[in-house]
Amino acid sequence: MNIIALLNSLPGACAQGLIWGIMAIGVFITYKILDLADLTVDGTMCTGGAVCIMMMLSGHSVWLSLFVAFLAGMLAGLVTGVLHTFLGIPAILAGILSQLGLYSINLRIMDNKANQAINVDKYPLLVSLRYIKGVPFYKNTLLITVIIIALLIGILYWFFGTELGCSIRATGSNQNMSRAQGINTDFTKILGLMISNGIVAFASGLYAQYQGFADINAGRGAIVIGLAAVIIGQVLFGKIHGNFAFKLLSVALGGVIYYLVLQVVLWLGLNANDLKLISAIVVAVFLAIPYLKEKHFSKPAKKGGTGRA
Amino acid sequence: MLDLNSISKTFNAGTVNEKRALNGLDLHLQEGDFVTVIGGNGAGKSTMLNAIAGTWFVDSGSILIDGIDVTRLSEHKRATYLGRVFQDPMTGTAASMQIEENLALAARRGQTRTLKKGITVKEREGYREQLKILELGLEDRLTTHVGLLSGGQRQALTLLMATLQKPKLLLLDEHTAALDPKTAAKVLEATDRIVGRDHLTTIMITHNMKDAIAHGNRLVMMHEGRIIYDVSGEEKKKLTVSDLLRKFEEASGGEFANDRMMLN
Repeated sequence: MNIIALLNSLPGACAQGLIWGIMAIGVFITYKILDLADLTVDGTMCTGGAVCIMMMLSGHSVWLSLFVAFLAGMLAGLVTGVLHTFLGIPAILAGILSQLGLYSINLRIMDNKANQAINVDKYPLLVSLRYIKGVPFYKNTLLITVIIIALLIGILYWFFGTELGCSIRATGSNQNMSRAQGINTDFTKILGLMISNGIVAFASGLYAQYQGFADINAGRGAIVIGLAAVIIGQVLFGKIHGNFAFKLLSVALGGVIYYLVLQVVLWLGLNANDLKLISAIVVAVFLAIPYLKEKHFSKPAKKGGTGRA
Repeated sequence: MLDLNSISKTFNAGTVNEKRALNGLDLHLQEGDFVTVIGGNGAGKSTMLNAIAGTWFVDSGSILIDGIDVTRLSEHKRATYLGRVFQDPMTGTAASMQIEENLALAARRGQTRTLKKGITVKEREGYREQLKILELGLEDRLTTHVGLLSGGQRQALTLLMATLQKPKLLLLDEHTAALDPKTAAKVLEATDRIVGRDHLTTIMITHNMKDAIAHGNRLVMMHEGRIIYDVSGEEKKKLTVSDLLRKFEEASGGEFANDRMMLN
């Protein structure tokens, strides 16, 4: 219970939280904007890292590797999207199918090994747990992840304000209305799933670099961590009236807070093996609160649609 | 403007729940026709509108809008030609988006959605003007989220959205049924103003026989998936509610109009 040990571990926790914050922004796009629970991310959270590390190991630049990881994620999203829209499989099941299939694909990408390490001294990694302290500030992982998040939020803010981005938002809000307004909701769902999984795979690429290896289990429970970040962001910053960019920022901060809390919990002496259970419970509680509030603590519900003009 | 050529649709074919919803339905509309549609529950009124809108494909027959065969065209492609207002006020608008964003979505119906701005400063001013026709004060609340509006306001907004890009055909599916009488009257007034202004070809389903008589230039009555009574012009103007009830009894072989029709 050494407070110095805790303080020393916080920058690293922040960095991990920021990387998972990027991942959570991907989850936000499907879960909040498209109103789909997409479980593909448990697979893509490994795929991105696998692609990125294998490409770097074979001598490609870090940016190209991350870009291809992004594309690989989009491809996974495309598969889930096609399963869901053209083949009529419920979104959750479509995601589970993709995720399961990805397990084999991820192993193949990693040359049939469960783990592929990359040496921070031999390869020009963009982020690493070794780049937290004692490196020039421009190489600092914290700074780099913050810049990436700022850029990502900027791009998404612009995109979801375009005609195309608005049509994705409309699809998530009301499919009947969207189709009546000429929006091809199959296309917008697939596009949303692709963007989301692309971002998740990109985050995965960063995370594998940060840890120094790609791991076949990297994505296990990723959706829960992503949701946790989204929900924490919403609970803590939802009262602040902010625009869309602020919402994305609060999701990223949600990721950071999740990891800080985790660090404190570990510091208090909890077994690291119990973390997934704790994460699941925390997310379950936060998902249940709005429902229970509505059911037990609300005033008589207003009837929808019969209000006065 | 619209040709329905003996369209049929059966739901749950081959099961105990088999329901022949449209039964060789024929309907032909001239440009500028405003048709009101009445009929009991299960007569196929909403099914007809859904068939035109392309919610699913019909089993047989063909659908032409302004001479264009849309029978096998998907719902979002047909939307180019159609303006729709639904019975449920929640259906026609995106609740989590602002009034102006909803209008901007509607303004792009039938166009390819690109990476251009979703809403421009110039069109925003246009919307302010357009909203005035509804007489609900929405012109001062452009950035309000639609989820905060009342059912009547949402229906009126949906109506405006349906007509923002002048549709070849306006489909109104009992669009005032979920509203209180006062609000319903207001939305109907707005409907008449907009339809009159743009000379829109319109199909309006209603359970209210007085409304069916008072609005439009033509009235059709449906029963068991087909049209059993079709009246227009002077003859329609002279109609009374009791005429309609009698017609309905005749056509349906003594089976009486349902309570909902009676009460109106």
